[in-house]
Amino acid sequence: MTVYLLCFALFLVGLYGVLAKRDLIKIILSIGIMGYAANLFLILFGYKRGATFPILTGANPGPMVDPLPQALVLTSIVIELGTTALLVALVVRLFQKYGTFDIAKIRRLRG
Amino acid sequence: MMLPYFIIIPLLAAFLITLIGGKRDIWGIALSMIATAALLIMSLVSFLQLRGETIVYEMGNWQLPLGIALVMDSLSGFMLIIVSLVALTSVVYSIQYVRHLGQDFKYYALFMFMLTGMNGVILTGDIFNLFVFMEIALFAAFALVAYGCRAEEYEAAFKYAIMGAVSSTLILIGIGVLYSATSTLTMARIAQAIPGLPSQIVLWIGGLFLAGFGLKAAAMPFHAWLPDAHSSAPAPISSMLSGVLIKVLGIYAIIRLFFNVFDAPSAFLTIFIVIGSASILISGFLAIIQWDFKRLLAYSSISQIGYILLGMGLATPLAILGAVFHLFNHAIFKSLLFYDAGSVELALGTRDLQKLGKLGKLLPVTSGTSIIASLAISGIPPFNGFFSKLIIILAAIAAGQPVLALLAILGSILTLAAVMKIQRYGLRQDVDVAPVEKIGLGMNIAMILLAVICIVGGLLIAPGIREVALDPVVNVILEKAEYVQMVLGR
Repeated sequence: MTVYLLCFALFLVGLYGVLAKRDLIKIILSIGIMGYAANLFLILFGYKRGATFPILTGANPGPMVDPLPQALVLTSIVIELGTTALLVALVVRLFQKYGTFDIAKIRRLRG
Repeated sequence: MMLPYFIIIPLLAAFLITLIGGKRDIWGIALSMIATAALLIMSLVSFLQLRGETIVYEMGNWQLPLGIALVMDSLSGFMLIIVSLVALTSVVYSIQYVRHLGQDFKYYALFMFMLTGMNGVILTGDIFNLFVFMEIALFAAFALVAYGCRAEEYEAAFKYAIMGAVSSTLILIGIGVLYSATSTLTMARIAQAIPGLPSQIVLWIGGLFLAGFGLKAAAMPFHAWLPDAHSSAPAPISSMLSGVLIKVLGIYAIIRLFFNVFDAPSAFLTIFIVIGSASILISGFLAIIQWDFKRLLAYSSISQIGYILLGMGLATPLAILGAVFHLFNHAIFKSLLFYDAGSVELALGTRDLQKLGKLGKLLPVTSGTSIIASLAISGIPPFNGFFSKLIIILAAIAAGQPVLALLAILGSILTLAAVMKIQRYGLRQDVDVAPVEKIGLGMNIAMILLAVICIVGGLLIAPGIREVALDPVVNVILEKAEYVQMVLGR
C-alpha cells in the first residue's frame, strides 16, 4: 500500500509542476514525471513479491509476475519519448519567436 | 476482410508520401486523394453491408483472449463514414490553402497519420490499442496545429500538447486500474467482468476516463485548449479537429466505454447532463463576444458538443438518436463554416470580423454556403441541424426534464446570435474590401459539397432511411449485452 501512495505522490509532484511552474522546460519535465508515475503504477499492478520472471524454464516455475503490464509500459515509454521530443521541438521554436521560456510572457492568444 | 485496410490504407499513404514526396506536393495530393476517396467508398459499402451486424477481425489470427481484435459494428461504421467524408473534402480544400503556406508533402503525410489514428480508435476492440491509436492521432494533430509556423500557432500547439499529455496520462492510469480489476484489456471481456466489481471501482475508473476523454472532447470544464488550437490551425485542419477529431477521441470513446463497457451508470449520465448543459450555455455566451472568425466557431463547437453530451446523458432511445444525428450534422456544418472562414482569411488576409466587409459579390460561393451552414447550425428548418436539435429537445421533454429542453432552445438562440454576428459583420458589412487572392475551384467544390449535404442531411431522419442509417447505431449504443455477445460469442 505504501508503494502505491508514494507512486501517487510522484504523480502529484508532476501535476503540481504542470499547474504551478512558469518555465516551459520545467513544465515538460513535470509531464515526464507524471508519465513515470503512470508507468510505475502499471508495473506495480503486475508485480508479485518473490515471483520469477515470466519465461518458462523448468517443469514447475512457481509464481510469476504478470508480463502484460511490462509490455504496456514499454509502449507507453515510447509514446512519452515522442511527446517529450515534440514538446521540446515546440519550445525551441517558441523561444525563437518570443525570446523567453516564461509562460506568463507567451500570451498572444486571448479570449 | 476489409477491416484492417481502414488502418492500412492511410498508414501506407503516409509512408509513401514521405518516401516519394520530394520537394513538390503533387504526390502528396494525389496519394491522399486516392486514400481518402477509397476510405469513403469502403466505409459506405461496409456500413450498408453491415445491416446492424458486427464484424470481428482478430489481428494476426490470435484468438480473442490473447490477441487484439478489430470490431466493426454500426456505430464504428457510422463514425468511419463521417471521418472519411470530412477528410476527403478537407484534402480537396487543402490543395490551394496549403500551397499558400508553402508547398510541402509533410502536411499530407501528417494528415494521413491523423486519419490512421482516428480510424484505429474507431475500429479497435482493445482498450490499450485505443490509447495507442489515440496518441498517433494526437501527435499528428499537434504538429498540424503548428504547421503555419507563426508564433501564435506554436503557442496554441504547445498548450494543446500539454493538455493532451496530461489527459493521456490520466487515461493510462485508468487503463492500469481497469486491467488490475478485470485482468483483461479486451473491451468486450471487460464489459463482462464489470457487473462483478464493487461499484466504487467503476466510479474511480469512470472518473479517470471522464477527465481524460473529456479533455479530448473539450466539454466545458476541460475546454481551455480548444479555442486556441482550433483557431490557430490551418483551416482544413481546424475543420478536421472540430468536425471529427474531438468527436472520435472524445465523444466516440466516451460512448464506447461508458455505454458499451460500463453499461451507463446513472451517476455518469447525470454528469453528462451537467457538463453538456454548462457547455451549451457558457460557451454559447463566450462565442457571441468573440471578434475572431475562427475563434467564434471554436467556441460554438464546444456548445454543440454540449448538445451531444446532453442527448447522451438523457439516455432514452430518442435522445441517443438525437445525439448521434447531431454528431453527424455538426461534423458537416462546422467543417463547412471553418472552410468559409479559411477562404475569407485566404482572400482578404485577415479573419478579424471588424475588418471584413461586403463579400457577397466577391466570394459568392463562400457567402452562399456560409448562410446555409449558419442556418443549419442554429437549427432553422429545413436544414439538418433543425431535426437533430428538435429531437434532443423533444427527448428532454419526454424524459420529464422541461428545464433542459428550455436550456437547449436558449442555446440554439445563442448560436443563432453568434452566427448572425458572422453574417452581419463578416460577410455583409457595408464596407468595400479588396481581395488579396482568388479562391480556386477545389476550395469551392469542397464547400458546395458540404453545403449540399447540409440540405439533404435532414433526410437521414426520414422514415425508410432512418431504419438503415441511424437506428442500428442507436441499437449498438443501448444494447450492451449485444456488443459483448457479438464480439465474444460466435
